[in-house]
Parts: sequence; C-alpha cells; structure tokens
Amino acid sequence: MMMKKSMRILLSGFLVLLVAVFLLMVEQDKAQNGMLLSVLEKGVILAVVAVAMNLLNGFTGLFSLGQAGFMAIGAYTTAILLIPVDAVDSVYYMNGINPGIKAFKTLLESAPGAVQMAYPYLALIVGGLMGALFAALIGIPVLRLKSDYLAVATLGFSEIIRAILSSPQMDTITNGSYGLNKIPGFSSILITFIIAGVCIGLMALLIRSTYGRAFKAIREDEIAAEAMGINLFRHKELSFVVSSFFTAIAGGMLAMFMRSIEAKTFSITLTYDILLIVVIGGLGSITGSVIGALLVTASKEWWLRFFDTPLSIGGISIPLFRPGFRMVVFSVLLMVVVLFYRRGLMGDREFSWDGLYGLIKRLIKRQRPSKGGAA
Amino acid sequence: MSFSTLIQHCLTGISLGGAYALIAIGYTMVYGILRLINFAHGEIFMMAGYFMIFSMASFPWPISVTITIAGTILLGVAIERAAYKPLRSAPRMSIMISAIGVSYLLQNLATYLFSALPQSYPEIPILKKIFQIGAVSASLVTFITPVLTILLVYALVMLINHSKIGMAMRAVSKDFETSALMGIKINNVISMTFVIGSFLAAVGSILYFTDRMSVTPFSGTLPGLKCFVAAVFGGIGSIPGAVVGGFVIGVCETALVALGYSTFSDAFTFVLLIVMLLFRPTGLFGEKNIDKV
Repeated sequence: MMMKKSMRILLSGFLVLLVAVFLLMVEQDKAQNGMLLSVLEKGVILAVVAVAMNLLNGFTGLFSLGQAGFMAIGAYTTAILLIPVDAVDSVYYMNGINPGIKAFKTLLESAPGAVQMAYPYLALIVGGLMGALFAALIGIPVLRLKSDYLAVATLGFSEIIRAILSSPQMDTITNGSYGLNKIPGFSSILITFIIAGVCIGLMALLIRSTYGRAFKAIREDEIAAEAMGINLFRHKELSFVVSSFFTAIAGGMLAMFMRSIEAKTFSITLTYDILLIVVIGGLGSITGSVIGALLVTASKEWWLRFFDTPLSIGGISIPLFRPGFRMVVFSVLLMVVVLFYRRGLMGDREFSWDGLYGLIKRLIKRQRPSKGGAA
Repeated sequence: MSFSTLIQHCLTGISLGGAYALIAIGYTMVYGILRLINFAHGEIFMMAGYFMIFSMASFPWPISVTITIAGTILLGVAIERAAYKPLRSAPRMSIMISAIGVSYLLQNLATYLFSALPQSYPEIPILKKIFQIGAVSASLVTFITPVLTILLVYALVMLINHSKIGMAMRAVSKDFETSALMGIKINNVISMTFVIGSFLAAVGSILYFTDRMSVTPFSGTLPGLKCFVAAVFGGIGSIPGAVVGGFVIGVCETALVALGYSTFSDAFTFVLLIVMLLFRPTGLFGEKNIDKV
C-alpha cells in the first residue's frame, strides 16, 4: 500500500525538524558532547563527498579516484579566502603572503555588513567553482579513457594537485608544505548540516532528472546509450563537473571544520576512505552513502576507538589491541563487504517511507506467531 | 653540470629504472590476463621490503633473499586466491574495488605490525661495495640492477615464448573463455602469473630499497602507481614495453630531481600517463584492441 504524498511530506518534514531540534540540544552543551558534535559534523561533510563520488562511480559508472584532489582544491581556495586579515602574517610567517591576496582581504574589511555575512558561503561556492573548472579542463582528455585507465589518470591528477599545492613555487599562496591554519569555522553545526543537506538534495534532484536517467543509461551500456541518442561526452563531462563541484565544496567545509589543513591531508588514503564509505553504503544509493558516511565516521573516530587502546580482561592483557588495530579491522570489514555483501547496506535502493512502512509491517507479521505462543 | 655528475645521475636513473621495470612487469602481466590493475602490487613490493628486514635480522643474506622471495610469492598468490578469484564473474568495478581494498588492508596491516615509522633497510655488504671510476663513484647495486633486470626479462620472455605454461599464458590473455574450453587450467595460469609478478616484485624491492635505506608502510604506493604508468607507457600486456617504460620513467625522474624540481618528479609521471593515453592509448608496443558490440 502506497502512502499519500502529503503523508510522506509530513513525515519528512517531521524528520528534518527532529534532526534540527536534536542538533540544537546537543549543541547546548558543547564540552559534554564534543565527540558527538565533531563526529556528526565530519560525517555529514564526508556524506557530501560520498554522494558526489556515488554520482560519478555509482550512477554514471565512471570509476574516478580523484576525490582527494578536488577536495584539496576546494579546501585551499576556501581557506585562502577565509583566513582573517590580522591572522595572515602569523599563518604565512615563513614566506609572506602574496600582496594581491592581502590587498583583497584588506578591501573586504571595509565591505558592508551583508557582504561580510555572506562571505563564508561565497568562499565555499568559489572553492566549488574552482573544483568544477579544474574538472572541466581535466575531463576533456581524461573522460575519453575507459574504466581502469580513468581510475589511474584521476588518481594521478589528484597527486599532481597535491604536488603543486605543496611546491615551493606556490609558497606565497598556499604556504607550501607548512599548510594553512587559523581558518574560521561556522558558528553552529546546524549551518554545516543545512549546507550539506542542500548539496545532497541538489545532487538527488539531478539524479532524478532526465540527465540522471541518461547517466544510468551510460552506466549500464555505453554503446546502447549512444545509440539511443545520448551524447556520451557531454553527459560524462556534466557528471564529472557536478561531482567535482560538490566534492570541492565539501573540501572547503572540511577545511572550515578542521581549522587547519596541509597538503598531506589530501593523499590517496582520503580517496580510499571515501570509497570505503560508498561501497559500504552501496554503489548507486544516495541514502546509502549518507548512512555509510555517518556510520563509518562514528565507528572510526568514536565507537571503535577502544581497538587502539590496550585492553585487559581479567588481568590478562590482550596483545591484539594497540594503535593501528582499528584501521586493520576497518580494512578487513571493507574486504568482507566487497567479497560477500557486494551490494553494501542499501544496494541500489533508496530509503523511502513506504519502504520503511513495509519493513515494519513485515517485522510485526513475523513476530505475531511467537507473541501468540507466549500468551 | 660537469660530465662526471651527468654520468652519476645517469647511473642512478638507470638503476632506479631497472627496479621500476621489474615491478612494471608484474602489472603488465596481471593486466594482460585478468584485465585488472592490481592496485595491491605496490603493497606486495612494500611487504617484500619488510620480509627482508625481518629475515636479515636472523639469517645471512643469501638465505634472507630466498625467504623474502618465497614469502612475497606466497603473499601474491594468497591475495589472488582470497580477493580476486571469488570475483571472477563479477563486474570489473568490483574487482578493482577489491584490489584497492587489499592495498588498503596491507597498508594498515603494515602500520599495525611494524609501526608507521621508517624501518632501516639492512645492507647486503656485497651490494653496497663502492666502485670508483674517475670522479664517478657508485655502489655495486647500481651496476647490478640494470644487468639483472635484462637477464630476468630475457629469461621471462624465453619462458613465455618457448614453454608450455608460457603458451597457456598467451592463450589466456588472448581469449579467456576459449582457452578455458581448450582445456587450459585457467586458475593455474593465473596463479603462475602472480608467482612471476611477485617474484620480480621481490627482486625489484631488494634492489630498490638497498638504495633507499628505509621502508615505511606507505613506501609502496607511489612506486606502485609509477610502475603502472610505466606499464601503460610501454603498452599494457607487453613485457618489453614495461621494461622500456620503467627505464624511461626512472631516468626522467632522476633527471628532474637533478635539475632541482624534486616536488614535481612524482607529478611528472602522471602527466606522462595522461599525454600518452591521449596520443597513443595503446602505448609504445601495445596491440590495438577494438571493442565489439
């Protein structure tokens, strides 16, 4: 039985409200809930990247491994734009800052209040546009390649970005290998959630549009899709550019969350971490990626921390538990998912109220006989 | 730059290229047969470095070298059996994700077991003997690497062209299903490919790390990717191509470092890859492959 549309909207609205109230409540006591807050914020940022990666890998079938590079572009652009003018000298203490950037920052100080209010969001969007620009340029040669060549070319591209960002020639802009710090963040976690929600929502809308159906057609069979009149290159480029735009925005959000960045943060391992999220959530499921991002971040940073601390049960210390074990558990988990549960948590299904309703109904049905027996 | 420094850099470059060539063969052979970039190959190479460190702690070097090679071969075959074989009929993206998963696992395992700090690589005294010719001085390993590479490649080409298993390998790489129908034991052929690839990776690892002095859990990633680029450059599936690609990348990288652009030496490899794929996607010696509907 399908629910009425108004009912579904009501339920969704209620869920959003619930999340907002929950976040506000959690934020009342920042000291107490520090871990929960940082896990939620990082998780939701990674969810944006994961959905963007899913748009490319799961929906368009382009196996790209350049996420870390695009995140680096977004993070650096946003960070350079946001570092306050009076902190500039202490951040760039080694090599000094490019005079052009400093002049721009000083000019901004005298801008009207409304501009200053909107500035962090503008900085994020500029970061995203930079990512999209690079994606458009790199996409022209790279998207002609087939699956595994594309993977290595994009991986290589992300390494090139990292090398350029940390090179001494870029010292006055990116501060070379010293990295950037003193990046101002958002005042409330709610803002991060709203931005992430908007990003994911836009991508979901794209996937449900005619473009999204064309992406899926390309994923299933390129030659058949081309024969149906889908312009392969244009759609691949669109998917690549949009995905990189949102990846770069998430990179900027990550910079604002971490307060300090360096080129090392954006190494291949970061891409692998996001791939892990996408695979666990299910290739081709937006809600899967979001759930995967929150679950993986929470267990990695919080729930499974105990794997890294020495443990003793009844006076006998277990030698297995020491720093690094957590990551081993994680990689084994990834292998198990890849080998035995290839569809991940959600497969290519999406969360829906109807699905949830059906699930609950089935669960109740299954339990009824046992309940009857007990009575 | 004086003549002797130039020679010195050339020697370093050729020696590095030799090690790259040996690793690149592993990529090219696996790709030729399974159509899979074995992302874990760089990590196999890194693990070979650790095997050597631990066996040298208690054995003389000839025994340690044997142990290292045997251990690496076992690791390579075990990875194939555990992570690639169950996915043989799965879509290609799954196998690739599995390969990335294995590489992630080996990195984290190495960090857990041996810590992320660099471990110093043991010296094999003979290999480190310094030769002085005029103003140029180099250790024996610099001379041995290219010679050993050429010898091993010659042996490998002989094996592939003139033996039964070699013929089976060529058949499988041409057409997977037909060769299975002809009674070739596909799994044995694939295992053999991994044996050869891991053997060469172990030899390459000994030569490479003897020059580098230390191993970290992450020291396999970048050389691994570079060697894949070398394999693509030479034409994937072609053994002479992989060797030429390895030497080209080794020499170019050393030249860039010598000219003072060391930050870009890694990036250069990938620029080379993208340029190569644009203008000659089949590589220097690759066969043309046409997709049929």
